[in-house]
Order: sequence, then structure tokens, then C-alpha cells
Amino acid sequence: MSATAAELAATVRTGARRARDVVEESLAAIAAGDPEIHAFLEVLDDDARARADAIDRAVAAGEDPGPLAGVPVALKDNLCTRGVPTTCSSRILAGWRPPYDATVVERLGAAGAVVIGKTNMDEFAMGSSTENSCSGPTRNPHGHDRVPGGSSGGSAAAVAAGFVPLALGSDTGGSIRQPAAFCGVVGMKPTYGTVSRYGLVAFASSLDQIGPLTNSVADAALVLEVIGGHDRCDSTSLPQPAPEVVVAVERGVEGVRIGLVSELVDGLAPAVSGRVREAALALEAAGASVEEVSIPQFRYGLAAYYLIAPAEASSNLARFDGVRYGLRVDGPDVAAMNVASRTAGFGAEVKRRIMLGTYALSAGYYDAYYAKAQRVRTLVADGFAYAYSKFDALLGATTPTTAFALGEHTADPLSMYLSDVCTVPASLAGNPAISVPFGDDGAGLPVGVQAMTPALGEPMLFAVAGALERAAKADR
Amino acid sequence: MTETLPAGWEVVIGLEVHCELATTTKLFCGCLNAFGNEPNTNICPVCLGLPGSLPVLNRQAVELAMRIGTALHSAISPSTFHRKNYFYPDMPKDFQISQYDAPINRGGRLELPDGTEVGIERAHLEEDTGKTTHVGGSGRIGGADYALVDYNRAGVPLVEIVSAPDIRSAAQARAYAGELRAILVATGSSDGRMEEGSMRVDANVSVRREGEPFGTRCEIKNLNSMRSLGRAIEFETARQIALVEAGGRVVQETRHWEEGRGETLPMRSKEEADDYRYFPEPDLVPLDPDAVWQAGVAAAMGPLPADRRAALIGLLGSAPTPAQTEQVRSVVASDLDALVVAAAERGAPATLALVRTANEVAAVAGRAGSLDPGAFARLLALEAGGELSATQSKEVLAELLVSGGDPGEIARRLGFEAMDAGALHAAIDRVLAEHPADWERFLAGEDKVRGFLIGAVKKATANQADPGTVNARLNELRAGGR
Repeated sequence: MSATAAELAATVRTGARRARDVVEESLAAIAAGDPEIHAFLEVLDDDARARADAIDRAVAAGEDPGPLAGVPVALKDNLCTRGVPTTCSSRILAGWRPPYDATVVERLGAAGAVVIGKTNMDEFAMGSSTENSCSGPTRNPHGHDRVPGGSSGGSAAAVAAGFVPLALGSDTGGSIRQPAAFCGVVGMKPTYGTVSRYGLVAFASSLDQIGPLTNSVADAALVLEVIGGHDRCDSTSLPQPAPEVVVAVERGVEGVRIGLVSELVDGLAPAVSGRVREAALALEAAGASVEEVSIPQFRYGLAAYYLIAPAEASSNLARFDGVRYGLRVDGPDVAAMNVASRTAGFGAEVKRRIMLGTYALSAGYYDAYYAKAQRVRTLVADGFAYAYSKFDALLGATTPTTAFALGEHTADPLSMYLSDVCTVPASLAGNPAISVPFGDDGAGLPVGVQAMTPALGEPMLFAVAGALERAAKADR
Repeated sequence: MTETLPAGWEVVIGLEVHCELATTTKLFCGCLNAFGNEPNTNICPVCLGLPGSLPVLNRQAVELAMRIGTALHSAISPSTFHRKNYFYPDMPKDFQISQYDAPINRGGRLELPDGTEVGIERAHLEEDTGKTTHVGGSGRIGGADYALVDYNRAGVPLVEIVSAPDIRSAAQARAYAGELRAILVATGSSDGRMEEGSMRVDANVSVRREGEPFGTRCEIKNLNSMRSLGRAIEFETARQIALVEAGGRVVQETRHWEEGRGETLPMRSKEEADDYRYFPEPDLVPLDPDAVWQAGVAAAMGPLPADRRAALIGLLGSAPTPAQTEQVRSVVASDLDALVVAAAERGAPATLALVRTANEVAAVAGRAGSLDPGAFARLLALEAGGELSATQSKEVLAELLVSGGDPGEIARRLGFEAMDAGALHAAIDRVLAEHPADWERFLAGEDKVRGFLIGAVKKATANQADPGTVNARLNELRAGGR
């Protein structure tokens, strides 16, 4: 689908086009392309058609179904959908159908969006390539021998392949931005607390945020306004309405002070750093001032992240014990049943992170690992604070390389973890960040440029992202 | 209580009391906090720990915890929640949300009715687990065929109150638990029912020779009543002293009180040491009740048991006898002190109101609420004025408690016409005339016939004669030499 979500909704709301036709176009694209791409774990044909028909009836009755009327949306499979399997790409959740919708799913529905299906991901969002999925990897639409990134690889690929104009992902250390960069789409992680996590199966609670993957910056802004804002079901949800960002996209960057972060440019794949420097020049041409800035604390971000996130995950994933839902493998007693179920139910990467996290929280190691990692997290936030005392926004690469080949890093977890090095800092600080496609690497693989702003700086972030998008299009 | 420790030994006790808060809903969700419903009916995604669910703190639970802290003179403090991680089927998330290094109530003290002060280390909020029933086989954890889990209790708010190791006897431990229960009930924070498990007591017990440092402690669980609390501590104290005197050493362990066998037994030891991997609960934000909120909670609290006991003792007009002290304690503990106060305000003698409330009214505590304080006061006035004997008064009170009404009318209906002095004197004269030999012995100073003579007068007057009045008349007659 080439039209943006905003364009589709506009035609459906005026009755110029039926939601049913939009949904059929999406379903046909999936049927034709997804056997190769494998972005979807589940396609909800019947539900989507019924929902589209209901929207068409509402339009015919003179009602307004909302700003996303009839827009097909794909949901990462860690977002709970009432009565629809939600597996997190894990065997351990086989057969589980949540009895409730995530807050973001409710809000999308209230805005008229039509859920088309659930997308593939790294198991429990742990991974950077969508290869850690119990149902096999997703392929990158820009190169079928390439990974789409992860963990929201299915969502990014579904948008990039034109199956849907928008998808939701979740970002813990870069899981929206990194696959967006690899797949050449826009991916945005909001300020922590902006979007309710209620109904998002937790990976690392203090880092997880839900955000949009779209074909345009304006669509990402539109979705954020729909899904953002306080939710009383999430105690960490900020007590304020969604940020007003749609109007910011066209605002421009005249006079905006932008810091180009050395640590997110130097030492990366030359094709990537070259594009980032071009993006900086383009922003300068659009009226911004750009200066290079070093934030040395970023170097320790990845290490801190790979202690904090697994620590929280080890606790969050304890509940998958075979007692109440999902996979159960029997054993002679309860403890044996727990072990057998978890052994069979979790994949290797999830087990690795549970072990890492359990170790980091253990008596005698807590201070050396978890507590120290939290102090490093504060250092990273301090680094940002210093930079934001001089700049309105920061710029860098989203990823150190473009999409790597399937299987390239599966034997070496550490090299896979390095793929998150550019995205982890904003996650640790809880700041918003966005990846905008900015040309390719000369071999046809997209490059993503990352913009970041202070917490609650979404309007500025979208202004910069809008300028980047205009510059990238003008460049072609 | 029989607890004479061997000379030179001292027992050191600290109690950990878990009480379920009397909130309408659970600690982190909107499910009902109710006891005795059909299994797995008060549950939702949050208290079942379903993937994606998140906790939201219950304001009422925080307020009840603050009431407890206020009553225990704790510092209500900025606090955070932690996760305590361990696997158990009745714990839906396989971690418990609890408070760890920053509890809502820090420090404090509890004064026992006899004036002893016991330090409070903390009183923190946490969630309860579900309830597992082992079925089939031996019914014991190891030998059951299967287990049923009821999650109705999962997520019910608890406050865990940890005392300092300041308790020095089983009797004091019981007094502490009793006083704490009275405080929980008086502040409306918990119903304090040990039988229903809404108040659960664990005891940490160690022994030492006087003047020596603390010994190694054992934690005793499964104390389901005040009686088992006392018995278990006595048993454990004796066990530890005997062990040490025989040259052995106390091993730090958790022991289970077996009510039937009357002894504590070590619980199945775990293969490895507990490591709960506490870390800050990332799904909840820090809790910091401001001064206005704290003051509001304190202002909404009624008087505490100690204050209520002091008020009753004040009514008595003189220093209480040991029996009265116990009556005051029990009347306040069973929440009947307001009746004594109300009767006294309506002119009844406070001492009489106290003893009747502590004995006759408390015996049918379920009916106490329907007793009209005015009628109660009138009845006590009749008794004090000699118009009803104590026996008659108790009968009228029993009737009042069952069906209400006017005490004077009930007395008439029961035939308890007050005797005037003339009729009583005549009846006494008649009885003395019928028993001349006994009368002579009484006159000669033989007091043991006094009871016989009073009994004879009561019999002759169909119980209408008040024994006290008869007794006084007999003394009068003897002094006057007839």
C-alpha cells in the first residue's frame, strides 16, 4: 500500500473510499507477499473485514469513525488482543488468548483503525534480527537474504513491504528504531510514560515503550496522538494528554540547535556515517545550526542495558511457569513441571537473558552488576542533560550498519548485541527518539538517521524528523 | 500459663504479624477483597498476573497502613515497592510485590496493657498470595495427587508488622498479639481474625543465659490462635534450653507448630538458601504521603485501645483492682467499652456496668449491639438500689439482650417484685423463728451458718430477697442482740 495512513483515513471518512476496499487491498498484499517475507504470525481476515464493514456503516450513517478510519494496522505480537492469540513468538505462550485488549489496541480501535494481524518478533522482544522467533525469521523486504532488524522486525517489514501503512512495535533498547532503519521506514520511541504499557507483555518494564512504525513522519505523529496520553491502568503513565505533534511535522528547523553526536557517527559503517553527515548538512541547509558534540557516557550504555534489561526480564518472565496458561510439560512435581515447561517453552536467547538477569540480581552480585548498571544509567542521563543544555535536538545514526545477512550474527550473541549501541542511550534515559530513512548504503539497503530530544520533547523531535524526511525525499 | 524457665535463662522473642487490610478491593486491582467466596471468582488479569497486566496501588490500602503506623507511633515515610522473586504456584507472577528497604512505616512502639513497651521495627505493605489445597494421596505437599489453587486471596493487601526482639515470655507474646489485634480492630484497618487467617503470627524465638548476647533464633510458623502462639513459644523455649544445656547448638531454621502433637518440627529444608533477588518494582512509582494526607488519616482515626482503657478506668473513680483491670482490657478488646461509658453517662454505677458488660454482655457479644444503653443503665440502677438482686438482675439482662424492652417491666413479668424493707424484715424474722438452733449458733459468732440463713431467706421469698440486704440485716440483728 503506497498511500499513507492519513490519506487513507481521509478518503474513508469522506466516503470516497470504503474501508472494506482498503482492508481487502491490505489482505491481498499480505496474501501475495507474506509467504516470502513472513511478517505476520496471524492474519485476522474475517475480523478485519467485519470491522471494516462496521466502519463503512458508520460513515454511511453520518458518523465519524475517527482519525484512523479504516486504516489497516499490524500489531507486534506482544500486544494483548482480546480473544486473539498473543504469543510473543514464544512456544511458551502457545494457545494463549488474552481476555483483554492492550490500552493501545483499544485506542487504535476507538480511532477507527482496523487490526489486520499480529507480527513476528524476536521472542519476548529479545533480539535485534527477528531470528529469535519460534516461528522462524522475517525477511527484509529490501533484500530477502537480510534480516529486518528486531525485535519489531515483523512490524517494520509489514510496513516496508506495503502490507499495511502502519504498525505498532515496542522499543526497549531500540526494538522499534533499529528495524525501522533496516527496513527503510519511520520508527518512533516516545518518552517513557507517554504511551500506556497496559497490555504490552513486559520485557524490561523500566525501558519498554510502545510506538509507531510508518511510511511517513506525519503518520507516526498521528498515531502517537491516538495512542498517547495518560492511562490509569499504568502507574508509570504520565498524568498528561498525548503530545501535540501532528502540527510540529511541518514546522521546520529554522534556528534549531542540533548536536551531532560523535559517538553515533564515528566508527560506524562508512555508508551509514556518510548518510548521517549528509543529514546534518541538510538540516543546516534548512536553517538549523549543527555542531558536533561528544557524549562519552554513551560508551557504557550498552553494558548497563544488558544488565538492567535482563534483570527485569528474569523477573517479568517468571510467571511463564506452566501453571496458569500457555505451554505445560508435566513433571513428577510442581518444580519439575516448572522446569520442564520453561525448558521446552523458551528459546536459547530468552534463556540466556534469564540466566544473565538472575545472576545480576543475585545476593552478592546485585551491587556489582544491577546497582552499578543503574548508576551508569544515571550517568548516561547526565550525559544527555549536558548535551541538551546546549542543543535542542541530537542527531546520529540509528544503527552501526545497514541490515545484516540472515544468520550473520546468530552464532555470536555479543556481536548481535552491538547492533543496539546507537539506540540504547535514549532508552536508558527514557527520552524520545525517532529513526527516519535517509537514503541507502549504495547497495540498496536503507540507512536510518536517528533524532533525539529531551524527555517530553516530542514536538521538537517531530519538527526535526519532518525536516529530515523532506531533505531525504529532495535528495532522491 | 506455666512458664518457669530454669534459673539463669532468658527467652528472647520477636513477632512478625501479617494482617489482611479491611479494604473493599485488592492492593493492585479492582477485585473484591472478600473471604469465603467461591474459588477463583474475585480475579482479573492483574491479580492473576496475566502477561501485559500492570499493578495500580489502592489508595485505601495505603491509608489503612498509615492508620496502623500512626497507632504504633511509627514514622510514616517515603517508601518504594520491591519484587521478591520465588516460584510458587499460588503466586501468580512468581514474584511478590512487597516493601523492602523503604517501608511506609518505620520504627514505632506498642505498649502492652501492663505498661511494657515493645519496639516496632517496621510495618510495611505487601500483597498476599493465593491459597493452595493439596488433594489426594497423603494430602501433604509431597504426597498429594494434585493441588487446587484459589486466587481469590492473591493480591489482597497485607501489612507485615515486625516487632523488635523485646518480648521476654510466652505470656507477653500473647499480650502483644492481643493488643495488636485490638489496635487493628479499633483503627478499622483489619478484622484481626486469626481463625480466618486475616491475622497471622510468626514467632522468632531464641534463648540465652542472662547477660549473654542473643542466641540463634528459630522462626515458628503455623500459629493459628493465641493458644498455639503461647504453647509453641513455651515448647520451643524448653526445647532450645534443653538442647543447649545438653551441650548442643540451636540451628537457625524455620519450624512448624504441630498443634496436635504439641511440638515444633523443622520444616522440610530447602535444597539451597533463599535468594529472593529483591529489586525495585519498575511498574510502580514511589509513594510519599504528604503531611496533609497523613494528618487527614490521623484525624479520621478513633481513640486507640490504650486511650479507651484509660477512659474506662477514669470512670471507675478509684484505682482498679486486678479483676477490674482485666475486665477493662477484655471490654475494650471486644469493642464493648462504649456500652459501659453510655450506661455510666445515664447514671449506672461504672463498676457495675463494667462487670456486667465484661461477663454477661460479652458472653453474647453478637447481641451487644442491640442492647439499649438506656435500658441497661436503668437495670443497673435497679440492682444498685437493691430493688433487684444480682441474680435477678442477670436474668433480666439476659432477657433484655434477647428481646429488649423495659427492665422494670421484665422484672415484674418475671415476678421480681422488689421487697419493701418491712416485708423483708418480716420474712427474715419468720425464717429465724423456724431455725432457732442455727440462729443461736450465728449469734454465738459461728459465721459458717450465715450462708445457710441467707439461702433460707431467699428460698422463703422465692429469690426476691437480695442476699446483700439480707446479710446486712443479719449483721444488724446480731449487733443489736435481737
